[in-house]
Amino acid sequence: MRPFSGTSGRIVPLDRADVDTDQIVPKQFLKLVQRTGFGRYLFYGWRHDAGGRPAPGFVLDDPAYAGARILVAGRNFGCGSSREHAAWAISDWGFEAVVAPSFADIFYGNCIKNGLLPARVSEDGARSLMGRREAAVDLASQTITSGDLVVDFEIGDVQKRILLEGLDDITRTLKLEDGISRHESGPSAPYVP
Amino acid sequence: MHEISREGSSSLLYVDRHLVHEVTSPQAFEGLRMASRGVRRPDLTLATMDHNVPTRGGLPMADDTSASQMRALERNCAEFGIRLYGMGSPGRGIVHVIGPQTGFTLPGCTIVCGDSHTSTHGAFGALAFGIGTSDVEHVLATQTVWLEKPRTLEVRVSGAPGPGATAKDVMLYVIRRLGAGGGAGHVIEYTGDAIRSMGMDGRMTVCNMSIEAGARAGLISPDGTTYEYLRGRPMAPGDYEAAVAGWRAGLHTDPGAEFDRLLEVDVAGLEPQVSWGTTPEMTCGISDMVPDPAEFAAGDPAREAAARRALEYMDLEPGTRIRDIAVDRVFIGSCTNARLSDLREAARALRGGRVAPGVRAMVVPGSEEVRLQAEEEGISGIFEGAGFEWRESGCSMCLGMNPDVLGDGERCASTSNRNFEGRQGAGGRTHLVSPAVAARAAVRGRFEAP
Repeated sequence: MRPFSGTSGRIVPLDRADVDTDQIVPKQFLKLVQRTGFGRYLFYGWRHDAGGRPAPGFVLDDPAYAGARILVAGRNFGCGSSREHAAWAISDWGFEAVVAPSFADIFYGNCIKNGLLPARVSEDGARSLMGRREAAVDLASQTITSGDLVVDFEIGDVQKRILLEGLDDITRTLKLEDGISRHESGPSAPYVP
Repeated sequence: MHEISREGSSSLLYVDRHLVHEVTSPQAFEGLRMASRGVRRPDLTLATMDHNVPTRGGLPMADDTSASQMRALERNCAEFGIRLYGMGSPGRGIVHVIGPQTGFTLPGCTIVCGDSHTSTHGAFGALAFGIGTSDVEHVLATQTVWLEKPRTLEVRVSGAPGPGATAKDVMLYVIRRLGAGGGAGHVIEYTGDAIRSMGMDGRMTVCNMSIEAGARAGLISPDGTTYEYLRGRPMAPGDYEAAVAGWRAGLHTDPGAEFDRLLEVDVAGLEPQVSWGTTPEMTCGISDMVPDPAEFAAGDPAREAAARRALEYMDLEPGTRIRDIAVDRVFIGSCTNARLSDLREAARALRGGRVAPGVRAMVVPGSEEVRLQAEEEGISGIFEGAGFEWRESGCSMCLGMNPDVLGDGERCASTSNRNFEGRQGAGGRTHLVSPAVAARAAVRGRFEAP
């Protein structure tokens, strides 16, 4: 995974709470067997009518927001289904950071595994950033800066290190293989059906 | 017992059971192949096809991409030596129905699957949670998973629900109290007499929807009901009495255990619940009216905005009586409510009635085993006689990846778990209800207490 230290650029405000992963990428696009190319399906239902025809008006389709790097949304972002396609679609669109007051647990983990920063900020912080045009996100100092506005964000120490160093989970775990083998031959080994 | 290592607040946990299905696994197997890795414990892994399978027997696959995902799973399971309940197998069914049904799911296990409703298996006193595709690959390669240490939340449910109210209604009410994100970062343990008196099917319904309150997992400590359910299941331990003795000795919540949070929920006299919005917390009693967004929000502007959007999407006006809402479709199915007792409950609630003119109703059993049992018991005949479509098992219209979808603007009484915008089909409107309420909705064409 590519190390991530920060990003800067245009903000896309999405002032909605409880944005679920069905909205981020609807189920009809989960049938692909690769990890790439999901960006065009991002928020598909809000960008198309029920017949699949483009329905203009959604913020992502506004040319003023082309090339945006930072998505700022309401609380409980990414709730619902575990589909990692949601994180893939957000990354593939070009976003490098998602900023919200809170995230659903599975979505949060999926972001980290794909080098996409989920930045937890206060409700006020999110609201202030939605009114800004651009910002710079710095992971080391855990700050988002837009002109005179500085918003702190939270991230776990382990998750921060994984992003900063671009660590791969499986490689990290395989270094602990001795412990896994010990467990498998010990008293807590699972019953094999 | 399962912790292999710890780094900060993350633990590396050994995975006792890994369930796999066709939609969230192809990229994981491809990742293994690209890194020349194998599956560490195929003997602890079980695969099935459920998410996009057709539910009408004999019909060809509706689309090539679904067929290619299913072929990919067949190929991957053959290559890596994983047991697969594929098309035509009597063991096939929704992944969270077949785990318990076969005895693959056991108390005290850690269980993961690339599906958020993995929390279902917590009903057996297992720590069970959904993971993304990168973690599916991680588990295949290492039989472990990294988990952030969750906080603990006791949801103590007491009282006897009112007439016609079921485990589904209890859980919809709990979610209403907790909120769609209220359980985030937590593992819920459900306690209290209302939970203890439920059978395993009801407990599974409760744990299944833990994710709808945002919880990482939900569980219920095992007891005699749990052990009787699992007795004689094909994958349950051979020396079953010894296994039960071990579970009894090792798996219980210490009296006076401290949780990070406690939510007490009184369900005495609770009436059947019906969702009116686009998150599962937007739910009210069947005799209530669609709420005013400002009242619902209680001073929270984000909540009020969400409720307004929801009512617009659902095409509902505040003050409309839930009983006056007419439905076009009825769906009885999903990992929440498609086990045998759910189908029995729905069949009973029909009370000999027929599906109302203009309503299209279908039953999709949770597994092929459930389907066959229901056919032997004559339940399928009751549904078909009433004008329901009786289908083969799968996830079907819970998420609409197969041809079973709502049309634009169609309104559905559904026993599934999510009422998100477009969840059951673009423009479709979902009301979450129990199997009994769904059955009454089919007969009356609107909501009615069973």
